[in-house]
Amino acid sequence: MTVTQADGTLTVGGRFRRVNWRQYVVYIGFVVVFIYFAATQGANFVNPTTLVTIITQATPITVMAVGTVFMLSLGEIDLSIGSTVALSALVAAVSLQATGQWWLAALAGLAIGAVVGLVNGLFVTLVRLPSFLVTLATMGLVAGLAQQLTNLQSVPVTEPVFSWIFGAGDIAGMPILVVWSIVVVALGWHVLRQRRFGAHVLAVGNRAAAASVSGIRVNRVKLIVFALSGVTAGLAGLLYSGRLAGATYTLGGSDLMSVLAAVIVGGTALTGGKASMIGALVGSLFMSMINYGLLLGGLTVAQQMIVRGVIILIAVSLSLRAKKSS
Amino acid sequence: MSTSTSTDTFALQLDGITKHFGGIVAIKHFDLQIKPGEIVALVGDNGAGKSTLVKIISGMYQPTAGEIRLNGAPTNFRDPSDARTKGVEVVYQDLALVDLQPVYMNMFLGRELRKKPFGTLDRREMAAQTQALVDELDVRIPSAKAPLSDLSGGQRQGIAIARATNWASSLVLMDEPTAALGVAETARVEQIIMRLRERGAGVLIVSHNMEQVFRVADRVTVLRRGTQVATKRIDEVTHNELIAMITGLTS
Repeated sequence: MTVTQADGTLTVGGRFRRVNWRQYVVYIGFVVVFIYFAATQGANFVNPTTLVTIITQATPITVMAVGTVFMLSLGEIDLSIGSTVALSALVAAVSLQATGQWWLAALAGLAIGAVVGLVNGLFVTLVRLPSFLVTLATMGLVAGLAQQLTNLQSVPVTEPVFSWIFGAGDIAGMPILVVWSIVVVALGWHVLRQRRFGAHVLAVGNRAAAASVSGIRVNRVKLIVFALSGVTAGLAGLLYSGRLAGATYTLGGSDLMSVLAAVIVGGTALTGGKASMIGALVGSLFMSMINYGLLLGGLTVAQQMIVRGVIILIAVSLSLRAKKSS
Repeated sequence: MSTSTSTDTFALQLDGITKHFGGIVAIKHFDLQIKPGEIVALVGDNGAGKSTLVKIISGMYQPTAGEIRLNGAPTNFRDPSDARTKGVEVVYQDLALVDLQPVYMNMFLGRELRKKPFGTLDRREMAAQTQALVDELDVRIPSAKAPLSDLSGGQRQGIAIARATNWASSLVLMDEPTAALGVAETARVEQIIMRLRERGAGVLIVSHNMEQVFRVADRVTVLRRGTQVATKRIDEVTHNELIAMITGLTS
């Protein structure tokens, strides 16, 4: 705990502790787990393709983490992103089959994500329901729609341009999924840190009443962030269907926990007003590295789930406990 | 201007402001002129209509009758942000600031400066302007770049006042600006308020604290049950007379 003096200033020791823990849990964790896997698995783990695989496997999570950083910064949450992934992927795949146009399919996938996000946002701003409840309801609703759309059937994605852009392509030797990760995180960082909109999101999440009397249109900011969250889930759906050459209703089903863990471990406060885009990227890579390392270690799926759960609990406890000391 | 007695332009002029809620008269024909750089205190007992008047001047309510003039021009406010745009800034007692952001972002909240060519936030310029303003008003803070959460309650209210002053072209309206502060911090904030005289906006301060009214105000106007009892220069009235006007009891 920091000591607050009578005049409201913080003691130096308190300040050091706060700065240390808050910002670096995810980076320390990343290095520690990396060293652990490197030590136990040697060259199996430490080789050039490992890094690329960790990043490309993480790409859909990374993309959704960007939307979720904005969402948590606002003090809201979007639980429907996982099922939106499946719906978007299926809508895109079906559109692709119907029209053969890669760009129409991509647009349809992103648009359905935006629609889900806007519906969530309208219920939160106009009906004034907690986002937790609204998105819990739409999570089930959207999952149902995804199952209904093709009657549980998988849809193949074979159109070459679509597959190149959202999965198999590369630019100057760099896998396109790595490019997607870099571009989306960079864009998210830019909007959060260098645009008025980002400042308004943080202000609303910090104290909506203060933002409101300062002339910030709180509901408009919220609506945009919900739409943004839906669009990132939609993009994640496209990235899955491109990489896996098909779409199915189970896509994204287990992603919600990974995204939230990545963002929270990365230093974004659940309570709003405080965000780290780079932390979320590292958090996403951290989760991906754990998956990869455990798979390489020969653990069964059940064992992987247990270990992953324990690691997430530890990491989240560390980053949240540290935050309380402010 | 319709006032024939003076060629001065008042920062704020209220003529016959009246507010009804259904059949209830909350404010009855209220008049007030505030000159640029003048500090006027609004006092009255609970329920006298101070809050209603504050809400009318800040754009939250529209008056039933009467006219508001800012810098001589008749005006009306659709809502609080319209009033802000027209030059009325409000300092709230519960601090309308965001504590996870640095001081300079609070100063420019909702009005962030941007730089060419990409319209990105100009943090350096915002910090520089903030530092200059807090230096001028002698709001003593560690740095314009410090997070607001590092500041004490008095320092934060100093920032809120500095922000209002920076943007108010006509009037700074303060609703119990020191109600949440201790004795030493109140004294600091009062010094900052008094320094606003040099910056040219009119100041209307609502206060329950009579000592404070006598320390900072040039004039005082008294409301009792929606009726304006008197408006006096502060050196024309004694403490007891003021209390008598507020309560309606003569001793």
